[in-house]
Amino acid sequence: MGRRDGAVVPDAEFRSYYGRPILKKPVWKQPDVPLYLWLGGIAGTSAALAEGARLSDRPALERVARLAAAAGSGIGSIVLVHDLGRPERFLNMLRVFKVTSPLSVGSWLLAGFSTAASVSAASHETARLRPVGRLAGFAAATLGPPLATYTAVLLANTAVPAWHEAYRELPFLFAGSATAATGGLAMLAVPVAEAGPARRLAVAGVALDLAAEHRLESRLGMLAEPYQQQRPGRFLRAARGLNLAGAAGAVLGGRSRAVSSLSGLALLGGSLLTRFAVFQAGLASAEDPKYTVVPQRERMRARESQLA
Amino acid sequence: MSNRLSGPLDDVTGDAGYEAHPERMGFFTDTSVCIGCKACEVACKEWNFVPEDGLLLTGMSYDNTQQLDANSWRHVAFVEQTKPVQAPSPTVNTSASTDLGMPTVGLPGAQDPQAADNGDIGVRWLMSSDVCKHCTHAACLDVCPTGSLFRTEFGTVVVQQDICNGCGYCVPACPYGVIDQRKDDGRVFKCTMCYDRLGVGEQPACAKACPTESIQFGPLDELRERAQQRVERLHEQGIDEARLYGESPDDGVGGDGAFFLLLDEPEVYGMPPDPVVTTRDLAAMWRQAGAAALTLTVGVALSFVGRSR
Ligand code: SF4
Ligand code: SF4
Repeated sequence: MGRRDGAVVPDAEFRSYYGRPILKKPVWKQPDVPLYLWLGGIAGTSAALAEGARLSDRPALERVARLAAAAGSGIGSIVLVHDLGRPERFLNMLRVFKVTSPLSVGSWLLAGFSTAASVSAASHETARLRPVGRLAGFAAATLGPPLATYTAVLLANTAVPAWHEAYRELPFLFAGSATAATGGLAMLAVPVAEAGPARRLAVAGVALDLAAEHRLESRLGMLAEPYQQQRPGRFLRAARGLNLAGAAGAVLGGRSRAVSSLSGLALLGGSLLTRFAVFQAGLASAEDPKYTVVPQRERMRARESQLA
Repeated sequence: MSNRLSGPLDDVTGDAGYEAHPERMGFFTDTSVCIGCKACEVACKEWNFVPEDGLLLTGMSYDNTQQLDANSWRHVAFVEQTKPVQAPSPTVNTSASTDLGMPTVGLPGAQDPQAADNGDIGVRWLMSSDVCKHCTHAACLDVCPTGSLFRTEFGTVVVQQDICNGCGYCVPACPYGVIDQRKDDGRVFKCTMCYDRLGVGEQPACAKACPTESIQFGPLDELRERAQQRVERLHEQGIDEARLYGESPDDGVGGDGAFFLLLDEPEVYGMPPDPVVTTRDLAAMWRQAGAAALTLTVGVALSFVGRSR
């Protein structure tokens, strides 16, 4: 996207065919897909958190994290199948493996992860097949972080301007959002004495989330508008408030049960709102031909002036 | 990897894995001779059994089809432009084909093949039959997780309806907004370049029906040559705004299998001025996601370091 550094506000003059959109708006449904982004993030991060909890001997944290990984990916899979136009054909997702399709990569990732996370959680709950459970837990912890960030590529690898042009920041935004939400969940569900890592994770997640979002909005120029205006803008501002409140609670009141719970809820809510905001910002940018034509024209001008 | 995801690609069909295969076939839609009869839309519907797409008066000139979608695989765009005509309007030697039934008001032989002399205000009609571009680097095909979208032996891009599970990924991936989901069916549909007709040596229904040869079908290499000659001739006739769209293998999608001669900027017809196949940036995207996943892992590990509980 060449010379766009936020300083120059591009000329919004453009021509179109009766103001109609050039792109087709994603047919992905709400709340299905934003919900999946949120659940996948929590599940993936939780699987990694569970291994840390095991190694550092925090049984309550480990239990919550293992259950969150299994439940998050399980519900996430159901939500994704529900989003298909032909849900009965969901197994076709595993018909081929294509690196050019983030959805193909993601389906395999999700299938592997949710199997591993379920086995690990079941073994941990029932205290049976310990070695298998261990191995499964380790596998889930390895697949978890990619599961939490590949969804950014899923969105970015489209022609949707606000998603595609944000491909550098979206994975970090999603990693931050997932980390904050996972920290929040553990703060909510784990006794404060064992939740130290969760609190630190929450604060780090919020920091990463805010930094990535800031970078995205300053680098994208005109394409930052869909993230700042209308409903997505309101959602992101609310998410920022919740995230900051949650992080403050983790730092200042982490030893209090009540503050921990409230902060945890705020962080979970902040992450969910972020996912909806990103999703809807994409829809808005696909619907308005301005976001297709103006940046492309600008790109062409930049190319021409480089040649000249 | 770069050549397989973007940039020029000489043998798109061979690249898709075919050993011996026919020439790459394509469409050249010369909008300068389109008369807006919509014979292509009708022929396509009839041959491919495409259902009704809603009946609506839009007020967009003669265009009630509005767009390409799951139930409209050819779409004739109508643009009415008013522009001052220099008087006296020069008499131009239009070729035989440009004279075919143009909806002109007033004297024939105005400066522009789709312009009509109407006192001191000229009304210029732009009509263009849009269609799936059958991209060299087709984003829809790249992102399809089931392998339902595939490259045919003719170098075209086709959906296999028995495999598509309606995941919808191809829909926002297409830089031209072509492919779409049929709501009551769940699967996606688009132009197949009449794959069944090509298989028996017939030309696609739209090209066959087009009375002015605005839609030309043939081996892509031949069409590109013919288009070059046509645009040069129009330039000689003083029609400077004539331009080819989608013919260059150097564009963002590696060139279109269905390309156009336009008389104004592409966005005026509802087409993107500089489309890029999204997968061109995919390697960079995966790198970013990998780095973010690593950051996340390190973050989780670090959260266990330091103060005890
Ligand atoms: S125009 Fe769109 S639907 Fe047609 S081949 Fe290209 S990407 Fe696919
Ligand atoms: S909707 Fe069908 S054709 Fe499109 S990407 Fe999904 S499976 Fe492939």
